[in-house]
Parts: sequence; structure tokens; C-alpha cells
Amino acid sequence: MMSNLIVRTITQLGRWVRVSVIELGLAFRTLCAIVMGGLNLWKRPRLVTTQLHFIGNYSLIIILVSGLFVGFVLAYQGYYTLSRYGSAEALGLLVALSLVRELGPVITALLFAGRAGTSLTAEIGLMKAGEQLAAMEMMAINPIHRVLAPRFVAGFIAMPILAMLFTAMGIGGGYLVGVQLIGVDEGAFWSQMQAGVDLWDDIGNGIVKSIVFGFAVTFIAIYQGYQAQPTPEGVSRATTRTVVLSSLMVLWLDFVLTALMFN
Amino acid sequence: MTNLIEIENLGFDYGDRPLLSAINLHFPRNKVVAVMGGSGSGKTTILRLIGGLLTPRSGQVRLAGEVIGKPGSTALYKQRRKMGMLFQHGALFTDLTVFENVAFPLREHTTLPKSLLHDLVLLKLDAVGLRNAAHLKPAEISGGMARRVALARAVALDPQLIMYDEPFAGLDPISMGVTANLIRRLNDALGSTSILVSHDVHESFEIADYVYFLSEGHIVAQGTPTEMMASTHPYVEQFVHGKAEGPVPFHYPGKSLARDLGMNEA
Amino acid sequence: MQQNKLLDFWVGLFVLLGALALLFLALKVGNMSSLSLHSSYSVITKFDNIGGLKVRAPVKSAGVVVGRVGDIKFDDHTYQAIVTLQLDNRYKFPKDSSAKILTSGLLGEQYIGLEPGGDVNALVAGDSIKMTQSAMILENLIGQFLFSKAAEGKGNNQ
Repeated sequence: MMSNLIVRTITQLGRWVRVSVIELGLAFRTLCAIVMGGLNLWKRPRLVTTQLHFIGNYSLIIILVSGLFVGFVLAYQGYYTLSRYGSAEALGLLVALSLVRELGPVITALLFAGRAGTSLTAEIGLMKAGEQLAAMEMMAINPIHRVLAPRFVAGFIAMPILAMLFTAMGIGGGYLVGVQLIGVDEGAFWSQMQAGVDLWDDIGNGIVKSIVFGFAVTFIAIYQGYQAQPTPEGVSRATTRTVVLSSLMVLWLDFVLTALMFN
Repeated sequence: MTNLIEIENLGFDYGDRPLLSAINLHFPRNKVVAVMGGSGSGKTTILRLIGGLLTPRSGQVRLAGEVIGKPGSTALYKQRRKMGMLFQHGALFTDLTVFENVAFPLREHTTLPKSLLHDLVLLKLDAVGLRNAAHLKPAEISGGMARRVALARAVALDPQLIMYDEPFAGLDPISMGVTANLIRRLNDALGSTSILVSHDVHESFEIADYVYFLSEGHIVAQGTPTEMMASTHPYVEQFVHGKAEGPVPFHYPGKSLARDLGMNEA
Repeated sequence: MQQNKLLDFWVGLFVLLGALALLFLALKVGNMSSLSLHSSYSVITKFDNIGGLKVRAPVKSAGVVVGRVGDIKFDDHTYQAIVTLQLDNRYKFPKDSSAKILTSGLLGEQYIGLEPGGDVNALVAGDSIKMTQSAMILENLIGQFLFSKAAEGKGNNQ
């Protein structure tokens, strides 16, 4: 009886491994096809710019407002802790480093997954459900090149831009609360920041992070839509998976990149 | 070559369940051929196999002598340039207008100047009677009209082969007549070959040159509409005359009613 | 077609905003303005102990940044640290200048303080500074303090 259970569990494990490997392989092959399609897009920039508008511009409000408020909160909380050690002048440095290195790329990626990621998944999933992708295939047009690749390239470009906007707004918000509201010295705010934030090590690495996040989140969103079951429940499940997988992936990648960059 | 499409010994499974078993069909050039059968008999699957959206388990599908290519291959995309398919619910691109939907294949595959493309699209729409709806979006037109737009899109590149997946399903009698008329006229005007998958006997028999009957994965009967009307094959008879009793069972197979109600079987 | 132009405008605006954000970050937030755009010449210094000195730490004279620490290596013959300083071309220092490792604030980052000597000849690329003072190590200071306190106590008891 017991050995039966063990055998069954091990068989389940083996089947899970086999299925996972096949799925990963399929995902990777699709990624390669999308990247190939993306490389060909320089001949048709309008496809990318249209998507850039839907993915980038429509995310602006949430990114800018969130950035501003995160900056506000950072300044408040930071001042509270720093003033206990008489280092309130380092507030600018605290706000800037937190945003540039971590909060900018990570929070932008999470918000992006929620806003742009889910809309990409839903759009592509519904196109699949309405047989639009099959119709495109029958018209001898590869939907991976025509539909998926432009969205992938657009997401890849939009993410770093949004992250920088988030960070800039955050620092602005930190300035408003720290200097204007609380009264930290304006000169110290900026000069400590400029002395401590390195162009390549901090800002550069932050941009690299947001590019990597853009790659991951956009691909996950597009792939989940492409593989969704063509039913309402299928699309709903796919959008949920996009948010969950993207968020976990971003946080995990953040850990790996931080360890590599900032040791 | 008299046959544009030849299907030889085709086998296909839906998951574990065998759907089609070693069937043979021929589709001669310039003819309208109907493939008929009950729901779930595999008619739509045949269209998808011809279009390369599915791969057969066994047997071959040939287009003008050439085997249909594997999914994603360049050969398959080249073969699809000769085909046009009308999906059951139209499958229009919902974010584009009627005009842009029909213009889509022209824009992707040709480099026609804007004015010429504009005229061509309007002519195609005129052929299906929807030229004045060109600026509307698919959400703003009825299902029947959407299907006509999809038809205009399917023939935008004047394909050699036009496939119709249940073109009459859910239409009112007038639209049905209009659609049937269009299928026949387009086929003759473009010199194409048409494959019509349907279970509407009246309309299909009006326009088809030849009919195949599919049941439980086999071709049970084939012939001209006149022959089919007069056929004594039990399945054809039940289908053509819409009889409730016949080879096709009413009940889903399984236990008897007596067993389900817990009574002893007589 | 008008819709296309409008779309291009919005996308262009989006990218422009991103570029502005990048510019803001690079200039106002980062240390780009203090990155020397002028060319520099290198000078070698040797220390017994560099403490927490890092590459790209500032080199200051009279409190003004005149250069950056370029490279830090170890000499396993003399067992000393070899620190290469990149000094701004605009500033010349006498050959007998001295270099000290100082700390900004009490517990802050360490930097190199350059004190000019009196020589008429100036340092050129490749020269080395002879007089150096190593960093103050906190543990040594505490040890010295405790030791001197203990010695004082003994003296008082005699």
C-alpha cells in the first residue's frame, strides 16, 4: 500500500518535470520567434509606435502619480529615521538612492505588469478566442511577427522610460516634502545627493534593471495571452497568471541583479 | 490537373478520440463542393487540415499536387496565399474598420498604391453589398453583415481556393439566400474552387456541384445534390429529410433509462 | 491618416519625456557634474594602511576636489598599498607635497588630502609623492587610549 503511494508520487513528480520541460521549451521557442520577428520590425516602425502609444502613454498617469507619492512617503519616513541620528541633511541622498537603485525599476515593473501586462494578455487572449489569430494565419501572415513582436518591442522600450519617469517624479516628490514641507536644507538635499549617486553605478544599473524587467514582464504577458484557452475563464486565468508570474519574476530578478551589481 | 485539393487516407485524432479515419475526398477545380454532416462529425476539422492549421495523424492533403506544409513553414505560407477562408463567426479584426479589415491582406501582401487599394477594397465590398458600411467597426454591424465583410476579406486576393465554415449558421432566411447566391457567383466570377462545410441542406444543395456526407469519421455517401435527394442510404435519408429517427441516435450513448432510475431491466 | 500623425506626436512626447527624465537624473541627481571632463595626470602614492579608501574617492586640497583616486594596488615586496591619484590637469602641485588619508566627518567616507610643499618644481605624470600619512584606524586609536589610561593609572598609584 505504502510502496504504491510512493511509486505514484514519484511518477507524478516525473510527469511534472517532463511537462514543465516541454512547456519551458515551447516558451523559449516562442521567445526566439518573437525576437526574430522583432528584429525584422525596423522595416515597419509604425507597428511598434502604435503599440508604444498604447503601452507607454496609457501607463503615464499611474506611473507619474505613483512616483510622486512614493517620493512623498520616502521623504517622510526617511526624515523620521535620519533625524534621530542628526543626519537629516542626507535625506536627498536617501530618497535618490532608494529610488534610482531599487524602487524606481521594481515598482514601475510591478505597476507595468498590472496595467500594461494584463491588457496585453487579455487583448491577445481575446484575439485568439475570436479566431482572429487563426484568420491571420490563413491569410498567410504570421501572427507572431505581426501581433506579438511589435508589442514585445514596445514594452521593452517603454519600461526603462517609465522607470526613469517614476524615479524623477519620486525625487521631485521627495524634494517637495523634504525641503518645502519639512524644511531640510535645500542645498544639502541636492549636494549630498549629487555626491552620493553615481552616474554609472547607480543610475546606469537602475536602467539596466528596468530593461531586464521590461523584457521579462512583456514576454510573460504576451506569452500568457498567446497560450490562453479561448474561453472567458481561460482569458481570466491567463491575466491572473500574468500578474502573478511577472511580479514573482521581477522580484526574483531584482534579487539576482542587486547581488550582481551592488555587492 | 482536374483536382485542386486531394485528400488521401486522412486520419486525425481529437486528443485520444479518433475523429477521422482514412477518408478520401477530391475537390475538382472550379466546382463548389459541400461537405456535410452532423455537429462534431469533423467537417470543420477537414477545412483546418487543408489550411494547415492542424496536422494529420496519417494520410496526405495535397494542394495542386503539393503536400500541405508543416505549421510555420515558408512552404505553408506560400500555399495559403492561394487560399481564402471564411470562419464561422467572421473572425474580423475588431479594432479595425470594415474597410481596413478587407484592406488588411492587400496591405500585407502587395505594394499597391493607396488610390488603387482604396478602389479595390470598395469593389470587393460592393460585391458583398456592404460598400456603404466601409467606415463602420465590426461591433457596429450585425452578425450576418460581419460574415459578408469576412467573405469580402477572404476573396480580397482572388484566391484559387475559398473555404466556408458554416456560412449559413444563425442567419435569417433572406441573408441565407443572399450568402448562398454570393458563394456561387464569386466562385464562378473568380474561377475559383469552393469548399462549403455546412449542415444546411436546402441552401447547400441549391449551389453545390457535389456533396460529401461525413458521419462518425467516415464518408458515408457522396454524389450530386440530385443523387443525394434520391438516395436510400439511411444516414443520408435521415439527414436530407430531417427525420428524427434513423442511424443517428437521439440519445447520448451510455446507460439505459431503466438502469439510471434504479429499476430492473425488463 | 490624421490619426497616424496624432499617434506619432504622442509617442514622440512620451520618448521626449523619458529623455528629459534621464537628463534630470544624470545632471541634477547624479555626480556627473563633478566627474572631471578635463584630462588628468597620474601620481603614485604609497601608504602603510589605506583604511576604507575606495577607488573614485575624492582627492582634496584646501577642501576643494582636485582629482580622484584612480587605482589601488598592493606591493608584495614592501607590503605597502600603492594608490594611483588622477589629478586634474588644471592644478599643479610642488614635488614635495604630502598626502594624508582623512575622514569626512567622524564616521564618513575616506578621502585623500593633498598638502602643498615648498618646492619650485611641480609634480608631473608618473611622479610619486614621498610623504604620506596612513589612515587612522579606530581600533588602534581605542587601543592606544586604553593603554595610555592604564599607564596613567599605574603612574598615579606609585
